[in-house]
Amino acid sequence: MGSVASYFRNLNKKEKKQEEERLLRANDRGFNLSFQYANNAIRTSKYNIFTFLPLNLFEQFRRLANAYFLFLLILQMIPQVSSLSWFTTAVPLVIVLSITAAKDASDDINRHKCDKQVNNREVEVLIDGELKKEKWREVQVGDIIKLENNEFVTADLLLLSSSEPLNLVYVETAELDGETNLKVKQALTVTGEMGDSIEALASFNGEVRCEPPNNCLDKFKGTLTVNGQAYSLDNDKVLLRGCTLRNTEWCFGLVMFGGPDTKLMQNSGKTVFKRTSIDHLMNILVLGIFGFLATMCAILSICNAIWEANEGSAFTVFLPREPGVNSSLSSFLTFWSYVIVLNTVVPISLYVSVEIIRLGNSFFIDWDRKMYYPKNDTPAQARTTTLNEELGQIKYIFSDKTGTLTQNIMTFNKCSINGKAYGELCDFSGQRIEITEKTPRVDFSWNQLADPKFIFHDHSLVETVREGNPEAQAFFRLLALCHTVMPEEKKEGELFYQAQSPDEGALVTAARNFGFVFRSRTPETITIMEMGRKVVYELVAVLDFNNVRKRMSVIVRGPEGKTTLYCKGADTIIYERLHPSCSNLMKVTTDHLNMYAGDGLRTLVLASKDLDESYMKEWRKRHNEASTAMEDREERLEELYEEIEKDMTLLGATAVEDKLQDGVPQTIEQLAKADIKIWVLTGDKQETAENIGYSCNMLREEMNEVFVVAANTAEGVREELRSARRKMCPDAAEEPSVTTARAGLFWLKKTQTVQDEKVDGEYAMLINGHSLAFALEEDLELELLRTACMCQTVICCRVTPLQKAQVVQLVKKYKQAVTLAIGDGANDVSMIKAAHIGVGISGQEGMQAVLSSDFSFAQFRYLQRLLLVHGRWSYLRMCKFLRYFFYKNFTFTFVHFWYAFFCGFSAQTVYDEWFITLYNTVYTSLPVLALSLFDQDVNDRWSFQYPQLYAPGQQNLYFSKKAFLNLTAFSCYSSLVLYFVPWAAIHDTVRDDGKDIADYQSFALFAQTCLLIVVSIQMCLDTYHWTAVNNLFIWGSLAVYFAVTFTMYSNGIFVIIPSAFPFVGTERNTLNLPNVWLTIVLTSLLCILPVVAYRFIVMQIRPTINDKVRHRARKEPPPTPAPRRPVRRVSTRRSGYAFAHSKGYGDLVTSQRFLMKRPVKGRVMLFSHITPAES
Amino acid sequence: MMASSYNAKEEDGHHSGSSSHGGPGAMKSKKPDNTAFKQQRLPAWQPILTAGTVLPAFFVIGLIFIPIGIGLFVTSNNIKEFEIDYTGVEVDSPCYNCAKNFSWNSTSSCLCSVNFTLDQPFESNVYMYYGLSNFYQNHRRYVKSRDDSQLNGVESNLRQPSKECEPYRTSEGLPIAPCGAIANSLFNDTLTLYYYPQNGTKLPVPLTKKGIAWWTDKHVKFRNPGGSANLSIAFQGTAKPVNWRNPVYQLDEDPENNGFINEDFIVWMRTAALPTFRKLYRIIQKKPNTTPTLSSGKYVLEITYNYPVLSFDGRKRMILSTISWMGGKNPFLGIAYITVGSICFFLGVVLLIIHHKYDTRSNSAEIPN
Repeated sequence: MGSVASYFRNLNKKEKKQEEERLLRANDRGFNLSFQYANNAIRTSKYNIFTFLPLNLFEQFRRLANAYFLFLLILQMIPQVSSLSWFTTAVPLVIVLSITAAKDASDDINRHKCDKQVNNREVEVLIDGELKKEKWREVQVGDIIKLENNEFVTADLLLLSSSEPLNLVYVETAELDGETNLKVKQALTVTGEMGDSIEALASFNGEVRCEPPNNCLDKFKGTLTVNGQAYSLDNDKVLLRGCTLRNTEWCFGLVMFGGPDTKLMQNSGKTVFKRTSIDHLMNILVLGIFGFLATMCAILSICNAIWEANEGSAFTVFLPREPGVNSSLSSFLTFWSYVIVLNTVVPISLYVSVEIIRLGNSFFIDWDRKMYYPKNDTPAQARTTTLNEELGQIKYIFSDKTGTLTQNIMTFNKCSINGKAYGELCDFSGQRIEITEKTPRVDFSWNQLADPKFIFHDHSLVETVREGNPEAQAFFRLLALCHTVMPEEKKEGELFYQAQSPDEGALVTAARNFGFVFRSRTPETITIMEMGRKVVYELVAVLDFNNVRKRMSVIVRGPEGKTTLYCKGADTIIYERLHPSCSNLMKVTTDHLNMYAGDGLRTLVLASKDLDESYMKEWRKRHNEASTAMEDREERLEELYEEIEKDMTLLGATAVEDKLQDGVPQTIEQLAKADIKIWVLTGDKQETAENIGYSCNMLREEMNEVFVVAANTAEGVREELRSARRKMCPDAAEEPSVTTARAGLFWLKKTQTVQDEKVDGEYAMLINGHSLAFALEEDLELELLRTACMCQTVICCRVTPLQKAQVVQLVKKYKQAVTLAIGDGANDVSMIKAAHIGVGISGQEGMQAVLSSDFSFAQFRYLQRLLLVHGRWSYLRMCKFLRYFFYKNFTFTFVHFWYAFFCGFSAQTVYDEWFITLYNTVYTSLPVLALSLFDQDVNDRWSFQYPQLYAPGQQNLYFSKKAFLNLTAFSCYSSLVLYFVPWAAIHDTVRDDGKDIADYQSFALFAQTCLLIVVSIQMCLDTYHWTAVNNLFIWGSLAVYFAVTFTMYSNGIFVIIPSAFPFVGTERNTLNLPNVWLTIVLTSLLCILPVVAYRFIVMQIRPTINDKVRHRARKEPPPTPAPRRPVRRVSTRRSGYAFAHSKGYGDLVTSQRFLMKRPVKGRVMLFSHITPAES
Repeated sequence: MMASSYNAKEEDGHHSGSSSHGGPGAMKSKKPDNTAFKQQRLPAWQPILTAGTVLPAFFVIGLIFIPIGIGLFVTSNNIKEFEIDYTGVEVDSPCYNCAKNFSWNSTSSCLCSVNFTLDQPFESNVYMYYGLSNFYQNHRRYVKSRDDSQLNGVESNLRQPSKECEPYRTSEGLPIAPCGAIANSLFNDTLTLYYYPQNGTKLPVPLTKKGIAWWTDKHVKFRNPGGSANLSIAFQGTAKPVNWRNPVYQLDEDPENNGFINEDFIVWMRTAALPTFRKLYRIIQKKPNTTPTLSSGKYVLEITYNYPVLSFDGRKRMILSTISWMGGKNPFLGIAYITVGSICFFLGVVLLIIHHKYDTRSNSAEIPN
């Protein structure tokens, strides 16, 4: 049957073979159409009007539960078997199916709308030598289209030409891979020459031969053949759908892949369907219940065979058998009849209710104002609505650093210039003043080119600079000159910096605001405004940054002809290269650096050196030689750099704050209290990661030891891990204790669990990417896991996206714990998808992470609310729901089992058929729904006050196999009470007017009333939080029960269809008897008292944290959140430094590529002022 | 305690500041509404099980249940009930022969009489029941073997009874009225009661046969077909149930108690919940004078033995009983109430001890943090 659906889905792809190579010709629709490539229309919707019903029904019946009920319905159609009328199953099934169908339909309508909107976007297409507006969906492979600035790229294009020099195009790929920085694409010269000449483009007949559609975003292979000449194509020449054109006036492109074939669509393939652990447990339980059901039916059918043989055969005088039915056939039929009667152990409404509850709880997440971030108007969003309760069971959090813990905003906070520290505010007594939003800011209005977003609080620095203090000026001059930032000035005075790392951007911006404005650069010059005066420096050399050097320098010649080397870099590196005369200044600056490090700031030391003209000449010569040398170029350059960067003069130090998001340390502390382990997985380098670790309180000074694993060989890594483990836990066994168990459906899945090991003291581990690669190998992964799990904090740095996912999978595999991954960038997508729950921070880095996440919000600190409040509640609610739901259904069903022994195992039901129909869907559904939507054990403030309340979820306390067995036993007891007490009360007795009461109908009414009242009281006992809705639903359901019963048993409805409502008058003759009510009270008490007594005793003898907090919450007002106090640490550590970890832009800045110039068209462009160099 | 929760006010403050720069008519903020419902702040009552509520509840329940139980028990004990089994299983039983020689084909009825003595007089109304044992009126196939529409006098169902009635749906091509196994197995023993006063003359005890069925059954659920007063015309073209001696319109002479609305028939049609059951047969009305309804002394029960139960080990009983406000004799409820009340009281004591031992303070004791 599966093929039917795939047939429908593949209807339009059917006739096409698997594409092996794509061949297309520009401006030749006829040629291209012969290959039947997909056009640019996309379709993400699943159904249309005609296919909706069959396809949706088919999808729904693929779910085991629905198929089971369909099977039941068919069984009920067989008169010999049917122990219940068909409507008892049909009505709930139809309700369930239509609810699901309605939800699917509305989802699909939304998808249709989205598709339509996207397909109807307009773009200019070159048709018959003219540019015409066309809808996106009309665009065909082989078309040439024109894109303008800030437009979305329509399809996957081959870039032909652009308005920019060198046929460059700038694109933002945020939607595609989440990175906001601009990427440069460049067209082939042969196509670029066409420019915007329509004739040339219209007559362009290049042929592209390239790879078939695939989902690799960073790879492309193909050839372009123009006039018999073949040019190779790579990823640099391709614009992908989903990107946005930036800083580029226009460009032309040739459509290579349209609609479903684009890399964007190929990537948005099947999302992994995540299931919660409760889902898995539920599946196992349901399977177990099926087995249980079969057992019950088998027992009853065997009993039926015996009964038929002994009694039934004699009773044939009054109840003849149908012809051909003997006791064995009757027993066989009875089996199926009981399958029908007892089917309520696997209740149909279970699955629907679970979905509704999760949906409801997801809405509460969406609606939470405390997870709404006003600054960019982002509410929290539950993107997957089926994972809520898992949020209450998290044991491991894997967090990205940049953009998740930090804001990825660098701010120039403090600096030390010539031994004087700036940026700190002190009151009169010299005490540091806390800087808040209200602290007056420095006014930069005197500087027209200042960046208005720059904030600084220390006025003295501005005064110092404006007074003309030479050291301060040199300091900022250095910042304005020594960097690889590219400026962009679209309008006079509106400067934008394209910095490779945000640190550099922060520093250059600081210099800009303090009057040293970096204005423009050419490969040979740097233009800056020094206190309003334009100064052009000749750029002699850029001594670029790399990981070994940990510094960068520039050599510039000022207008006066003075040549100076400006250097900035890590303190340890620079200090080694300073002139001995600076030693006093070094001491003072070191103090400052220590202070900055203590505040968790990233520091750089700045130094300069005046160069001798003659020496310089000679050095330049050697430099020239070295840089053109064929052999050992790197080494020779390195030597030269080393030679010139010495005996420098210390200017000062900068402190840049890698701003943590608000409340990150507090959140981490809270989560740690809830016994959630947080691992940071970051692409940043060790120093930065370590620094952030300290500033967000994950690493602490008082920790016993912070292990660093950074070995470069597998053996080395093993040794480091081992020694760390031995230090933490000397008496632990060498081999990890692995428990092997079987789980899952049919116990097919083998699981291995590594036990947690107790460690005294607090340890942390830092592991490097290259070591991690070894550690993740099969023979080391257990070692890694053991060691890492002993540590309080684990920080992995320099990890690749793949490694992030591997780490998550490692923990998932061996810890059987629920994991959560949180991140904001495209590099986090893999781990977000790998973890049980993925959380995306909808921050600066685009949407990729959010799109693949299950929950998203704007700030890391909302995580604690998501887990400690929403997660905890969801888990609590779901568990209560399941416990109650199984209880009420088991109780309901078991009564039938007991009754079987009194009705000749004939599958006679105890209750009225209408009651059976409505019990799950009407009488008991709403109260339990209200419970599972509104229940709270304690409110959110108490939840925050005692994060330990989170523990039961991690330990699976509320709903497990054990809990399930307990409730089964209890419902067994309840059903015994519910059957035998009314039985004993009604047995051989009569009404108060002497008439019958022990008749079947009275007994049915009696038993069902008792049942409903008992389960309602049980519901009352389980409800911790009585809102108006709970009251309404509980009492309302009871009222509805009586109203419906009275209506169904009334004369009027009986007269209409006598055979459907045979219970006429039963309620009037039964419920008016005092002993009926006395019996109802008795049954209720017998069912409830043990529960109350048990709970009370447990609460007295072994109160859980939950009970304690609930008691306290009754007596005390909710705790008011204490004012947030910033965490200030005293640290002796010295920080990392403010550089990006990749090689700088140095090459590009001085690249000859920028010297080729195209005519400028009316627009001030990037580098437009470049004057042709003498060469 | 670390500051942890960010209260709404704080964020509100942010918001008012940040939304203003959007200016009027700017995009509608996505900020969720501040309603108690959406913020999960609905006012709620949060009861918990405390010693202050649980312990008194147990004692109060105990204290209420025990007297009620005693009351119920005494009431039940005061009800007089007399029961004789006249099935005729034992050889010395008066109905042994009737039971032994039963044949479906015999046209003449077998009579037998059982003597018995009432030790105590029965005051007030006395109800006469017949009781059957091991009779599975609640068997699924039996229960559904009827056509309520037909019994309600629906003409079409009279002619075309429901399939559920098989195999008692048609007889010799004619539809059976009333159809089905229940109607077919109508209890048809006739019981009459005689009193032997001291002087030895045999006095028939007057038995009322009206008012033994539920009012709703008699007036709503069961109706004769057709409007005509003459039932034999209304039932023309239908067959009698195969086990019956007479067609349905000859159940009684009284037109108000004939056909489908014959009360004996109605009582039978109200199937029992359990295989052992009793059904109201006749009522012995209390006479207005002061003498007891049934004085103590000798009685004879005369039985027209038509109903075979021996084949399936069934038993037939005749029961005489008085009733009370709580119905017939049933000591269960009284005993249950006394037991539950005592258990409650006992549990209350146990809980009290536990509560004392594990002091309440454990509940509000400092919570580790």
